[in-house]
Amino acid sequence: MHNAIELKNIVKRFGKVVANDGINLEINYGEILCLLGENGSGKTTLMNMLSGIYQPDEGEILKKGEQISIRSPRDAYSYGIGMIHQHYHLVDVFTAAQNIILGLEKEKMDIAAVNDKVLEICNKYGFDIDPKKKVYDMSVSQKQTIEIVKQLYRGAEILILDEPTAVLTPQETDKLFKVLRNMKKDGKAIILITHKLAEVMDVSDKVAILRKGKYVGTVNTNETNPQGLTDMMVGHAVSLNIDRPVYENPTDKLVVKDLTVIDSDGIARLDHVTFTAKTGEILGVAGIAGSGQKELLESITGLQHVSEGTIQFINPDGKGIELVGKTPIQISKIGVGMGFVPEDRLGMGLVGSMGMTYNMMLRSWKNGKGIFFKKKEPEEQANKVWKNLEVVTPSIDFPVRKMSGGNIQKVLVGREIASRPPVLLTAYAVRGLDINTSYAIYNLLTREKMNGSAVMYVGEELDVLLELCDRILVLCGGKVSGIVDARNTTKEEIGFMMTTVGGLKGGNS
Amino acid sequence: MKEVKTPLIRLAKRADIDKRKAWAIRIGSILVALILGMIPILMAGENPFVSYMIIIQGSLGKAGYIRQTVKRAIPLLGVALAIAPCFKMRFWNIGAEGQITMGAIFASFIAIKLGPSGLPLVVMAILMCIAGALGGAFWGFVPGFFKARYNTNETLFTLMMNYIAIGIVRYLQGGPWEGRPGTQIIPMFTSNARLPNVLGVYCGWIIVLVMVVIVHIYMNYTKQGFEVAVIGDSENTARYAGMNVGWIMMRTMLFSGAICGVVGWMLVSGANGTLNSDVAGGVGFTAITVAWLSQLNSFAMIAIAMLLAIIGKGSATLQTRLNIPASVADIISGTLLFCMLACEFFINYKLIFRHKKEAEV
Ligand SMILES: Nc1ncnc2c1ncn2[C@@H]1O[C@H](COP(=O)(O)OP(=O)(O)OP(=O)(O)O)[C@@H](O)[C@H]1O
Ligand SMILES: [Mg+2]
Repeated sequence: MHNAIELKNIVKRFGKVVANDGINLEINYGEILCLLGENGSGKTTLMNMLSGIYQPDEGEILKKGEQISIRSPRDAYSYGIGMIHQHYHLVDVFTAAQNIILGLEKEKMDIAAVNDKVLEICNKYGFDIDPKKKVYDMSVSQKQTIEIVKQLYRGAEILILDEPTAVLTPQETDKLFKVLRNMKKDGKAIILITHKLAEVMDVSDKVAILRKGKYVGTVNTNETNPQGLTDMMVGHAVSLNIDRPVYENPTDKLVVKDLTVIDSDGIARLDHVTFTAKTGEILGVAGIAGSGQKELLESITGLQHVSEGTIQFINPDGKGIELVGKTPIQISKIGVGMGFVPEDRLGMGLVGSMGMTYNMMLRSWKNGKGIFFKKKEPEEQANKVWKNLEVVTPSIDFPVRKMSGGNIQKVLVGREIASRPPVLLTAYAVRGLDINTSYAIYNLLTREKMNGSAVMYVGEELDVLLELCDRILVLCGGKVSGIVDARNTTKEEIGFMMTTVGGLKGGNS
Repeated sequence: MKEVKTPLIRLAKRADIDKRKAWAIRIGSILVALILGMIPILMAGENPFVSYMIIIQGSLGKAGYIRQTVKRAIPLLGVALAIAPCFKMRFWNIGAEGQITMGAIFASFIAIKLGPSGLPLVVMAILMCIAGALGGAFWGFVPGFFKARYNTNETLFTLMMNYIAIGIVRYLQGGPWEGRPGTQIIPMFTSNARLPNVLGVYCGWIIVLVMVVIVHIYMNYTKQGFEVAVIGDSENTARYAGMNVGWIMMRTMLFSGAICGVVGWMLVSGANGTLNSDVAGGVGFTAITVAWLSQLNSFAMIAIAMLLAIIGKGSATLQTRLNIPASVADIISGTLLFCMLACEFFINYKLIFRHKKEAEV
């Protein structure tokens, strides 16, 4: 029997960057293959060659043993290859079904028949969408579902998913995996990119590993373990334990009382949130996506209009400074140092068209007198981040937009930590980061904590929250469900608090 | 296996392109334009090579022609510099026409009211320059303010402001500032309100060259220039970095409008010697092409502004020398613009032809 797809010796270069250097890969029907590799190791690039976005410079692609050439996404469709990218290309004002047939020939314009066929696909694999619903009413996970159904509708038998779980809650991930298993049973070949080793172990049959653009090898999932995979990926043994030292004499740093945020629709995004963040502590924030995490961090940084409540920043001398009602500029002018790693990296934290130097300057461009900005310091800082965090980029002037997802995040985190802020706020700091880099980030956050910063870590992986944080604040629908000691709690308890205010025994702190 | 139907020619986004190749494409596109431009000339029954010689000769052949060409290039360059920061910010200011006109009105006010009092030329020039800058800045500020406050569409807004400014000049021409009653003409300014010539062209060329350097420094080395660039990429990032987006928009429009206003002053005080409703004469629109083709690079703008001025002046000569109607001259310059814009497309995309062998696969 032939493989569904076989890649032989694929090479892809971008100018001087060799993104793929002699990659071999095989995938069979009825199989889930995970593609694993550090940030910038060339996973997305390789898959883009299967979906017709790039063409390989060297090497062959074989389908069922016959050589094919995929020169456009349309070619890919005709070979039954469908890719779900990290960014979705849906038309907001169209319904699910309309989006699914978008770009197809006119033969299929009978919308009722389309709806039926979509429902049929949904039932077959266990998707849960309403074909008549408009996209702007949908959550991220529903949009992702549409993208998958769209590929199936077009008859894809080889499905590629690029980091689909990065934007999903644990529950949604479980649902997705159930669907993937159904598709596997139906004989589809599935290639999945993810950085989460637990997911790799959970869902895959085989794992192919890339390192720095080179092919390392393929292993059967049931013959390996997370440690083994990490070692192959990184090239040397790494420790998968998070160090959690205790800081002596923590003091209050941020005192938040009755913080309430009402959005333009009159809905309370935050509802009388009260808590204290201390120096030398990582305060985790857990919650289902959209429970007010974004509003909480943005209120503290002065980006969000606050309807009610107070946020006090406590100076080392014990005096409190009120932050509510101040703009980000005013907050930094009165000497309150704050680092903030927002969720939307390119849309909010960085300037995609500029290089690392100018992105470092986003924090310091106002420094110094006169009308000219100073480039020397940001340049040094960029070089430091480049070296210390092992950012993969040809130069510090290379536009960050063109870097791989993980490297973009390193630039952002590197900048925010560089100023040694007394308060460090992070939203999904390791989303899309490979294991090695994630641990590097955990260590950096812990280092900041031991330097006496008050660190807030909004996260989605409960295991990490439990291992990394000192206390965990659980949000549920904009309310504080409880604040627990991370050393003495369980995943189950937090999971329960995420869905029920107060959890099992009511809030304790 | 399924039959694949690959089209004969396909487009693909270029991953990256080296600078030399990009410039080769740019120069190639000018050649293509010149070849295409021959068609209408042939259709008019003239020899295209002779015609091109006339264009070159008519714009650069004599010192006097060169002066006239430079005179055309001055406002183009000045206004392209003015709108560069707006475009960098993705604020589509197509109201340069109106801002020039408003600057011209304010400067003319000084010329008409204070000129006869016999103030020295230097004082007059400074006062008129300031007045022009204020007029243009005011006209630029209004749409900037509404965009920042109420998020109005700046394209429509700036466009409408053009017509208002031109209407005001018409009113002044026919009413308060009219010279001999019934002429609808504003008299020539007194000589102390006129810019002197340097090397045969009014000294505006020195002023715009200085502005090239100023705008280049402003855009690349100042805090304000950095703010503009960040907003152009992402407004949210700008807010995150503590920038006051609304104020920066208004400030940039003030800056841009002021430069347009200064150009307006140079036009009335240097090029024309008086004010009329056609003072901007489409410069505000052509300058958008200049800014865009030069990729918002101030120094490249000098070359592009000169090129467009050469075509403009040369075609005018062509029309008088040969039996080629003005419209043909327009077609030639239009073709050139089209080809140069298309070439930016080919710098970003490449064509892939279907190979015979692969087509059979
Ligand atoms: N269009 C491009 N132009 C230049 N370089 C590119 C381009 N696309 C990717 N690269 C480079 O190729 C390398 C591989 O990138 P790729 O996006 O495939 O990595 P990845 O394995 O998907 O990483 P991540 O896990 O961070 O998403 C990176 O060094 C990246 O900077
Ligand atoms: Mg990727």
